[in-house]
Amino acid sequence: MIATRDAYGKTLVELGRENTRIVALDADLSGSTKTAQFAKEFPERFFNAGIAEANMVGMAAGLAAGGMIPFASTFAVFAAGRAFEQIRQSVAYAKLNVKIVATHGGITVGEDGGSHQSVEDLAIMRALPHMTVLCPADGPETEAAIRAVAKYDGPVYVRLGRSKVPVVFENGCDFTIGKGHVLRDGTDLTFITTGLMTAQALEAAAILAEGGVQARVLHLGSIKPLDTDLVIKAARETGAVVTAEEHSVIGGLAGAVCEALCESHPVPVERVGLRDVFGQSGTAEELLAHYGLTPAHLVEAAQRVLQKKA
Amino acid sequence: MLTDQTVQELERTARDLRVEILKMLNSAKSGHTGGSLSAIDVLTVLFFHKMRHDPSNPTWEDRDRFVLSKGHAAPALYACLAEAGYFSRDDLKGLRRLGSHLQGHPDMNKTPGVEVCTGSLAQGFSQAVGLALAARLRKPDSRIYCLLGDGEVQEGQVWEAAMAAAHYKLDNLCVFVDQNGLQIDGEVAKVMNVGPLGPKFLAFNWHVLEVDGHDVRAICLALADAEKTKDRPTMIIARTVKGKGVSFFEHKASYHGVPPSDTELAEALKQL
Repeated sequence: MIATRDAYGKTLVELGRENTRIVALDADLSGSTKTAQFAKEFPERFFNAGIAEANMVGMAAGLAAGGMIPFASTFAVFAAGRAFEQIRQSVAYAKLNVKIVATHGGITVGEDGGSHQSVEDLAIMRALPHMTVLCPADGPETEAAIRAVAKYDGPVYVRLGRSKVPVVFENGCDFTIGKGHVLRDGTDLTFITTGLMTAQALEAAAILAEGGVQARVLHLGSIKPLDTDLVIKAARETGAVVTAEEHSVIGGLAGAVCEALCESHPVPVERVGLRDVFGQSGTAEELLAHYGLTPAHLVEAAQRVLQKKA
Repeated sequence: MLTDQTVQELERTARDLRVEILKMLNSAKSGHTGGSLSAIDVLTVLFFHKMRHDPSNPTWEDRDRFVLSKGHAAPALYACLAEAGYFSRDDLKGLRRLGSHLQGHPDMNKTPGVEVCTGSLAQGFSQAVGLALAARLRKPDSRIYCLLGDGEVQEGQVWEAAMAAAHYKLDNLCVFVDQNGLQIDGEVAKVMNVGPLGPKFLAFNWHVLEVDGHDVRAICLALADAEKTKDRPTMIIARTVKGKGVSFFEHKASYHGVPPSDTELAEALKQL
């Protein structure tokens, strides 16, 4: 178990050692977003914007225009929310090489409550032209994703979490922007998942297998660009899809998958995620259970989609 | 040395550029007249006296950089870039037209010589701060210049950027406020009073200068002063007249976003 933000902090320091053009920015949350380790080792390449996310993004854009590779971090709710227009105008419209690495995504932020839980950031960022949107499943994939975005020239939004999550990629991860991973094969239906819901889907698939249902698990660490080929192949071969994300069912992974399937190969889909509601205070585990994001809920969704398929 | 001849040449250039601005706005049939005319003297001094830049090599690494944070004054910037040779003066006729490289607001990916994308107010200022940070890391001799509108100062992000620039002691950053006193809805002082500006930036620990924004010599001297200032960014508050140079455009908020008609253009060219 490791939090994706911890993997980010560690990888950013390594990248800082390898490339002097890498700089980091934060908005008074460096202890939480884990950019503090980078700040300690490279004080001259770390810029704390203070509690001023809009200016942080603008400074990151200027640094990129000046030839640096900026990684700017704050909580997902502030990055995609408060600094949305700065990300749109100064970064995405300009196609600048800025990496927004947002931590504390989703509801597993926990006790701070709905004000601090981002349930719409993937939808917002996905709607921006030029923007790449990533949501890794675990520590190893986060490390690989951060390394991939450091090499990629263009705007990227990476969504990470606060809580420790199970390791899915035990043998490391080969991360390519725009490519998904089939983590378990199956012929009856496909779980298409992102972020921490991938681990939940693997558990659900194991439960289903005991009842004779073979569920494929397709993890998409890259939500935009979407691995449309792998999504359509799964729909064609299994005939039913359950999407699962720690995000609203509107506009995020479910939106991306349904858009792709509608155009190419429509099949029954069940969407697991927040049903157009904000979160509330509670522990991460309580919230996942309350909002229907556990393996048991995924099993139920699978059963529903199998009925539609028949 | 700032000679009388240099000053006269800059004044002549600014007058020529006013003509170009009015012609391109008339051709586009939309765009911002008043704020382009108020800013052109400052831009003329920057592009044709102060900044190190190379129109034949727009991405020359050691160049100084200019950010037009009040992006709606794009015609003033485009006139300077064409005059400097970044592209042909004929291109100015394409302003705001489909397929043109001259967008309604500055776009770094379409126009050579444009450093960042601006148009949503205050964002250029933050980007200028980022450019100054990058210059400090990579090109310590390079200076960053930026122009704000006085209405633009109403945006909260301006003060975030002002705080950051002073905090990071960016003495390679010099920002102008084009203080023409007018914005779309009327007088800045009546819409949302931003004054007194000097004491505000002073309190943020900026080096603050005030000049007549149409006095080329005064602008040159203020820029020389800014360059000598250490450990602090410089804010030059340029008192200007909206629509400067054309009697019937001057001091009129109604010409904020309105181009000259054919008749107005003919009359304006006579005055210039």
